[in-house]
Amino acid sequence: MPDMEIMINEFVAQLTKRKIEGSQATARLTAELLRTVVSQQRLPPTNQAMALIEAVRGVGERLISANPVELAVGNIVRRVLHIIREENFSVLTSDTGNLNLSAETDDEDTDEQDNCSVPSVAALAARNVLRAPSLHALLETMPNSAVACTEEKSNFFLKRIVMSYSFPAEKFARSRKLKLDVIEAVNELIDDIDTCHEQISEQAVEHIHQNKVILTLGRSRTVLEFFCAAKQKQRSFRVFVAEGAPRYQGHVLAKELVARGVQTTLITDSAVFSLVSRVNMVLVGAHAVMANGGIIAPIGLNMVALAARKYAVPFVVVAGIHKLCPLYPHDPEVSLNGMRSPSELLEFGKFSANMEFGMGSGAPLLHVVNPAFDYVPPELVNLLITDVGGHNPSYMYRLIADYYSADDFVLQRKSTS
Amino acid sequence: MDSRRAPRTVIDPKVRQVGFFAPPDRAQPDPSASSSSPPVFNSPSGNSLSPVMIPPARPLPFPPLPLSPLHRRSSGESIPAGSYNPSEFASPIGSLKDFNGSIPSPGWGHRGASGKHASSLPSGGFDLSAMKPNSFPAISLTTVSMVNMSAEKDGGLSGASQNERSANAKPLKEKTSKAERRALQEAQRAAKISAKAEGSKAPPAISGSVTSGTVKPAKAAKAPSQKKDSSSVAVSEKKGGDRQPDKDKKKDVPQPRMQFDDKNRVEKAKKRAVVKQTEARNRVELFRHLPQYEHGTQLPDLESKFFHLDPVHPAVYKVGLRYLAGDLSGGNARCIAMLQAFQETIKDYSVPPEKALNRDLTGKINSHVSFLIECRPLSISMGNAIRFVKTRIAKLPLTLSESEAKATLISDINSFITEKIILADKVIVSHAVTKVRDGDVLLTFGSSSAVEMILLHAHELGKRFRVVVVDSRPKLEGRLLLRRLVAKGLRCTYTHINAVSYIMHEVTRVFLGASSVLSNGTVYSRVGTACVAMVAHAFRVPVLICCEAYKFHERVQLDSICSNELGDPDAISKVPGAQEKSCLDDCTNSENLQLLNLIYDATPSDYVSMIITDYGMIPPTSVPVIVREFRKEHFWT
Repeated sequence: MPDMEIMINEFVAQLTKRKIEGSQATARLTAELLRTVVSQQRLPPTNQAMALIEAVRGVGERLISANPVELAVGNIVRRVLHIIREENFSVLTSDTGNLNLSAETDDEDTDEQDNCSVPSVAALAARNVLRAPSLHALLETMPNSAVACTEEKSNFFLKRIVMSYSFPAEKFARSRKLKLDVIEAVNELIDDIDTCHEQISEQAVEHIHQNKVILTLGRSRTVLEFFCAAKQKQRSFRVFVAEGAPRYQGHVLAKELVARGVQTTLITDSAVFSLVSRVNMVLVGAHAVMANGGIIAPIGLNMVALAARKYAVPFVVVAGIHKLCPLYPHDPEVSLNGMRSPSELLEFGKFSANMEFGMGSGAPLLHVVNPAFDYVPPELVNLLITDVGGHNPSYMYRLIADYYSADDFVLQRKSTS
Repeated sequence: MDSRRAPRTVIDPKVRQVGFFAPPDRAQPDPSASSSSPPVFNSPSGNSLSPVMIPPARPLPFPPLPLSPLHRRSSGESIPAGSYNPSEFASPIGSLKDFNGSIPSPGWGHRGASGKHASSLPSGGFDLSAMKPNSFPAISLTTVSMVNMSAEKDGGLSGASQNERSANAKPLKEKTSKAERRALQEAQRAAKISAKAEGSKAPPAISGSVTSGTVKPAKAAKAPSQKKDSSSVAVSEKKGGDRQPDKDKKKDVPQPRMQFDDKNRVEKAKKRAVVKQTEARNRVELFRHLPQYEHGTQLPDLESKFFHLDPVHPAVYKVGLRYLAGDLSGGNARCIAMLQAFQETIKDYSVPPEKALNRDLTGKINSHVSFLIECRPLSISMGNAIRFVKTRIAKLPLTLSESEAKATLISDINSFITEKIILADKVIVSHAVTKVRDGDVLLTFGSSSAVEMILLHAHELGKRFRVVVVDSRPKLEGRLLLRRLVAKGLRCTYTHINAVSYIMHEVTRVFLGASSVLSNGTVYSRVGTACVAMVAHAFRVPVLICCEAYKFHERVQLDSICSNELGDPDAISKVPGAQEKSCLDDCTNSENLQLLNLIYDATPSDYVSMIITDYGMIPPTSVPVIVREFRKEHFWT
């Protein structure tokens, strides 16, 4: 346990100091940390899932409060919680299955029909109760035609499950199984995060036609991979890169694109408005995708999106599904923004010489504002390309229902109550 | 939101009409208000006094005053219209030749002094401290109303000249006709010029010691001779006026600009060129029609040629080099520098034997202009100024002696600079300041001289507001503005253009400068202006463009691609102050990388709420009106 504490503290410190750059790296590290948390968590004999959830949530709260602006942390914590819930139910359903099997052997005279259908129905019912409704789940339950009665039956079987906890022999095996399943699922999640770029860039050829002119701002690894994939498929296209002051990540992107043989033109951010009119598509990366389909993006993208809207150029956002945040933004420019150092804009050594701070009213004469993120409202976004395909921003709520459990949307619930 | 919307309603509908209303300090023409017109510099644009005053199509130098003998006089002769500056006043003077004698003129000496004062003003740099409209409130109160009226008439088009004239009138304090004073100024100027010029050709030599008090007799002697000349001016101008229109009609259509993807023409131009430009390595495909040269290579070459370039006057040469080096920027500064260089040229110019001054000087100016274009493409404002100079040269009466012609031209240029640039800025400031209220947050982009003057003046008036300075690479002009504003004690917020949509929430007004305003309402300005205006429009913040009327142009433009200027591409790849960030150095030679440094962009007119000019505050749809009137005033008459 102590080494666990050390790991968590170290990660929290890194997040607080903003040492980790990029939501993908953050997401991956968070998932790995949570995997360790799960594996090291000692589980009580009863109600193991709740214990796991509490543990993960406790760590998650600390991580989130370390850097509330990095939404990927919260996303991953929620994803892991969702995984635990899911795995718990699959364990439970398999338990009920076992139970039923034994019951079947014991009581031969019970109704055959009933017994056959009941386990699966129970499992599905359990899933239905605890998982947000989805089309997929609805389709799964259809053939059983037992939807109507699932409620009472699941209640019945849940009782039996609780009864079955009293068997001490099974307990150890089941706790191991839950843990192992969760860890396996988290591993899958990490794999997903790692491969999201490939998943996204596979769709590149569908979106980039021959001789297309694309504008982007700043640097996003997803965008880079997207371009590279199209280039590998022998598409020739042209990219305008806005440099993305004050961090000038656009220079890095331009260099990388040039190294891969893509026709690149580097422009200043102020020239975006002039050149958007000559561009077929604006393709940018995002920092986070909110539940309403709006995106939190590197600074400057709201301006680009407005210009794209003015000239009716499609504004396309590429983002891994780990950036999908189940929260609705309220005043995101302020509440979900980070302020970076003013020294990126003004060298104070040069400038403060002829500035007098704190004279007269006491307030400094000069403020330097250097926000890190911009909010692009969903009505300015034409398409969101994630690793599970392209979607309209209005569809985000649906994806959220697939990947998150509604109980986890508000993680801080416990501390507030 | 409320505080943001309020400004729109505040805009006075009267003002938003196509407002040729008088600048505030022109209050005195109204005789009824003459008694106690205070310096209205900071009052809301002084539009209590009939703000909308669209001038007649061909304004006569004198108003239709039934009682005035002058009026009968002037209406008898057809005098070229739109006269606003000394040279053109030659004609009214001519018409008044006999009239002057009948007017008792007790104050010759004083008038001489004042004339001297006036003429020395524009030429003596641009220290306007003496000309601040505040400093002579309601000046010519004591003069005859006739004078006032005539002053009003030609001041109706350019309030600036009014100021100058009233400045003269101040020490006068007695009855005199403006024409007389005008004549005196003329004489003074001519005397001064001829005293300076070594090749003392024509006019009665007046010693270099023409000082205020001592010239009484000389003055008196000089004035009539001057008038004689100018009477012939009137005649010749009348003649010229007949054939002028169709010639100007042709000029009216803007000449097609040089397209740099036309190989033949580029080759031809290269042969003529003085400045040897090497073409940029990676030209941006989209901008092949614009010149894309390597920067920084021509300067040493040109410097070495300094003493070998015969056709180019050293003053012009100096200005050209400063353009090239980039230490002279900003539409007004560039324009003034160019005009002053032309003044120098004209001063040192002498007509070669068997050539006409008009033609030869025009050719000379043309060659200088093409040299300047080689150094840096002209801005539209400079194009307008050049057109003004050329028209003035073309309209010089043939009867004028060489030195007189030169003197006229120099004073013409002087008055262009003072009236159309410096005083225009003052008028713009006085208009714009009325749009600043306590508690406002004003956003500006880059560094515009007009906006800076507005901010400083509003601060001087004690208005409490905050300024947001938005800056963008690669020039980072906003820093210079920021430094000047902070030094004056204004509260500032500094940010870069990407954060403009973050900061726009708190902004109540956007003040922007412009390089030019085109006649479809498009604002052609420093790159990034369009972005700022667009974001402001999206956030429902009013956008006010501050631009002098001489920068208006009848050209139309829809995008920033067809016509633009490309700056040094290397400025893009170099990030100042951050060594590790300039990572592009090693791949700038790559075929695939192009660096595009746009200088200007075009802001669509739907983002512009209002354009503040020296003619008043107008909506962007009224730009063609200003263009038309300005041309009438300057280029056609």
